[in-house]
Amino acid sequence: MAKRAYGRKLKQAVHLLFFKHHRLPGVRGWELRRALGPEWLDVLEVLDSRLKPLDLEVRRVFEETGEDRPEEARYYITLRGGVEQRTAKTLGWRIDDIAGLAVAVAYIAARGGKAPRSDVERALGEKLPGWRVRANLERYIEEGYLEDEEGILTLGWRGRAEIDVDSLLERIMRSKASGEKLAEEGG
Amino acid sequence: MSRREELEAVIELCRAAAEGEIDPFTVDVDYVLSVIRKHYGEAESIEELCLDASALKGLALVLERQSRWIRHQSTTLYRDPFLLTRRLMEMDVRAIAEAFMKSWHPIIELEQATADTLINALKYWEGLLPLEERLKDLEVEERGVEPLSREEAEALGIIAPGGFEEALREMWRDLRERGSVDYWDWIGCESYEETLRRAFLTSYLVSYGYAALEMDRYGEHLILKPLERPGEQEGEKRSLPVLIDEEEWERWRRERMGEN
Repeated sequence: MAKRAYGRKLKQAVHLLFFKHHRLPGVRGWELRRALGPEWLDVLEVLDSRLKPLDLEVRRVFEETGEDRPEEARYYITLRGGVEQRTAKTLGWRIDDIAGLAVAVAYIAARGGKAPRSDVERALGEKLPGWRVRANLERYIEEGYLEDEEGILTLGWRGRAEIDVDSLLERIMRSKASGEKLAEEGG
Repeated sequence: MSRREELEAVIELCRAAAEGEIDPFTVDVDYVLSVIRKHYGEAESIEELCLDASALKGLALVLERQSRWIRHQSTTLYRDPFLLTRRLMEMDVRAIAEAFMKSWHPIIELEQATADTLINALKYWEGLLPLEERLKDLEVEERGVEPLSREEAEALGIIAPGGFEEALREMWRDLRERGSVDYWDWIGCESYEETLRRAFLTSYLVSYGYAALEMDRYGEHLILKPLERPGEQEGEKRSLPVLIDEEEWERWRRERMGEN
């Protein structure tokens, strides 16, 4: 009986998390608690383990810094691993669109979470033509990766939900520059 | 302290740390482990085994939280804007994109209609009158203007029996006798129509300051409190919309029947 009730809750959690119910995807913790009952965190844990073989995960995102109550977080289903280059192409992203987004996110994150738009444009302009910088920034904002508030850029809702900023910064700092790579390959 | 009490205290401590109520580094991991170890193997029922498992799980969550904190702090080393900008300048576009794609976890979402929404839509479609009928001219009969008596207005449901103010006063009296009460238990009745009527009157009780409506943080419980003198509640007034749809009413009724 308890097993059946748990199964029903799992199904309910899948419906809540996979289907878009509001303007933005994702479900608030307190909404999940209301729908799934007091064991909602356990239900999410079981769902997460069931999604693992499919390379999916239940992701918890706190919208405000310092907030760590599970009820206040937003929950999404995301890819567990990273995206392959081939997949990125089918998602409609060119390699320089992705690199541009990476630079913008890293630039903002390294400056405490916000940076003037003109500075980000200048950083992107080092490797992309001006018209492309503006078009790309508009796209990142439109899709929710970045937010522009009176000329100050911050991470948008999608950026917070989809990008592991700590891991991105770590990878960038640990990545070998092309010159080093070539030297290694030559040696 | 009994085995159960000791384990429950440990579980509660770990839960508080895992949910952010206390700093995870205040949990003495060695002590928690020693409690679990002390009672390990003493379990005589499934319930006691579950207690052991919960304590272990709680400890794992505390450790996970500690490790998350350490990981986050360690990456602050990578947040030097000058070093990062230099690094980005050295890398080519492909290397930057590769670093990003490994840290990128796109959201999965579906927007398709479900079987339930299709069934509801079909029901709605079945009940929908043809456009021809909906647009048909209203048949109007010309009649002279006549005053409506109170009895007739009451019979037509235009005004509350005994008058609106009397109905409000009656409701206020009733509420003061009952004291603070759950909003749904207060408005809920056997019929949906009567529930709506009570919700309507209650909204005036609150607006006129005869009662106060309080909601808990997560919007799960609404409590209606009577006020002895109208408007005695201080503080900022704000609008609180409450949806009284039939589905919600049915749920309340089922829950109440389950209780009885």
